[in-house]
Amino acid sequence: MAERQLMTGNEAMAEAAIRAGCRTYFGYPITPQNEILEYMATHLPKVGGAFLQAESEVAAINMCYGAAAAGVRTMTSSSSPGVSLKMEGISYLAGADLPCVILNVARGGPGLGNIAPAQGDYFQATKGGGHGDYRLIVLGPSTVQEAAELAALAFDLSDQYRVPTMLLADGMLGQMMEPVSLPEPRAGADRPAKPWALTGAKGRNPNYVASFALEPTVLRDLNLKRHARYKEIEAREVRWEEVATEDAEILVVAYGTMGRIAKTVVRQARNQGVKAGLLRPITLWPFPYAPIRALAERVTAVLTVELSAGQMWEDVRLAVEGRTPTPFYGEMGGVVPTPSEILEEVLRHV
Amino acid sequence: MSSTGTMTKVFARPKSLTDKQFTYCPGCDHGLITRILAGAIDKLGVQERTVFVAPVGCAVFAYEWFRCDGVQASHGRAAAVATGIKRANPDLIVISYQGDGDLAAIGTAETIHAANRGEPITVIFVNNQIYGMTGGQMAPTTLAGQRATSCPEGRDVRTMGHPLPVAEMIATLGAPAYVTRQSLHDPKHIVQATKAVEKALRYQVEGTGYSLVEILATCPTGWKMSPTAAHKHVADVVMGAFPVGDLIDRG
Repeated sequence: MAERQLMTGNEAMAEAAIRAGCRTYFGYPITPQNEILEYMATHLPKVGGAFLQAESEVAAINMCYGAAAAGVRTMTSSSSPGVSLKMEGISYLAGADLPCVILNVARGGPGLGNIAPAQGDYFQATKGGGHGDYRLIVLGPSTVQEAAELAALAFDLSDQYRVPTMLLADGMLGQMMEPVSLPEPRAGADRPAKPWALTGAKGRNPNYVASFALEPTVLRDLNLKRHARYKEIEAREVRWEEVATEDAEILVVAYGTMGRIAKTVVRQARNQGVKAGLLRPITLWPFPYAPIRALAERVTAVLTVELSAGQMWEDVRLAVEGRTPTPFYGEMGGVVPTPSEILEEVLRHV
Repeated sequence: MSSTGTMTKVFARPKSLTDKQFTYCPGCDHGLITRILAGAIDKLGVQERTVFVAPVGCAVFAYEWFRCDGVQASHGRAAAVATGIKRANPDLIVISYQGDGDLAAIGTAETIHAANRGEPITVIFVNNQIYGMTGGQMAPTTLAGQRATSCPEGRDVRTMGHPLPVAEMIATLGAPAYVTRQSLHDPKHIVQATKAVEKALRYQVEGTGYSLVEILATCPTGWKMSPTAAHKHVADVVMGAFPVGDLIDRG
């Protein structure tokens, strides 16, 4: 059993990444995720890895593109305005089928916004952000422990499917301290081989990493192949947590920081005799449409609570497809509601 | 009279090039630069550990022309991509090939900072004073008064700035090992440019550090000149604005 340590979410994700075999990190300071950059600066060189503070977010993600093309596990981290700058590079990573892990410790927006926790980057993370027909695998941790576990999982999923993978955390999770059992360091032997990587064309034909295909039918076919992989991910990798859903009469759907608050709300509702349940998406893409749809058949309402104007709410409504009412409660600008505020909302819809 | 000597091959396609045909316009200097670079890779015997960073623009297919591993970078980001490759695997020889829009406009930050860190990469900077691929718009290097499709009355330095002296800017930095500007307008200068490219690559192989070779190149299509007139224009006009020669050699 791994020893439990007290760490911030930012530190835990950074350490978990190193233990998962991340050997190149490129980043740029932005609050509230600077501890990731600083942790990597201190600890990555100790395991023979390369740390570099880039001149910009744009440069950092393109350094990741180069390191990923060279076949090395690579990561960058940032917060909302910085992730917007990385979107060009993320589209290129997706277009070149390169694995890369991106940590977004999101903050209030749009624009410069503030440094408080928010979930307004959901659309950008799950629906595109950069140009073109692509997907990211998006994971939404809700505790420091889960942040560490999902950081490690992100590298495996990204390598396995050759899809850039984002951890969508927020400032609350990045800054809070909790006890965490870190994943054990793993050898590289169990990882997928990378015969496509740029290692020098010795004894083989040259490898090319590019997202460029001038001929329309060629580009279409490349996109179709990629989308076949996305279908595979949708079939295999949907992850979610259910709390007290067996006999639930009202279902709350929430992820990340809001997901952990909603867990408290469900317990409080149950204490008052209200049969509330929670479904917490862990993969935001692929989204758990099927389990939400199944639960929607037998509850009187599906309440989405979110630190945004209702971005994930759109996916919840797609899942529910009119089977039951789908009220929404959200906060923005870095305001985090208290459990009692959400409880009031739950009671309103019973 | 009879000759008893054996035939010696003095000119051949470099081994580091594939059989794929270049997509450059007739008379353009890109073909020559590509060939010079492939020759340098051959000469140093590093084809099997070279990674070529292909640009956007006229050389966008370059990763298909070199018999080396290759990666295509987005507009302006080649120096960052090259940095990532080199940091991930310092044994690789990393060459970034970029035009003036790529390197000196959208990619200025990446260019300056990779040079300032002294990344041990080799940058080939093709300065033809115009955006070729997109149809002849103004570049940061477009000469004062020169016409382009986006400065139809000629570049007015009062509103559009002066031609950007890239080699001179990079030469102010402490880290670079070799910074030079070369031209291809006549055989003598072609020989000098070939030597400069070889030296730049050799410095990377030997671990000396970052090198940049700025090469004054022609774009007969964009300039609306014959290839011969274009080379004369380089000698008569372009070299006045962009003097050739080594600026830094810390080898």
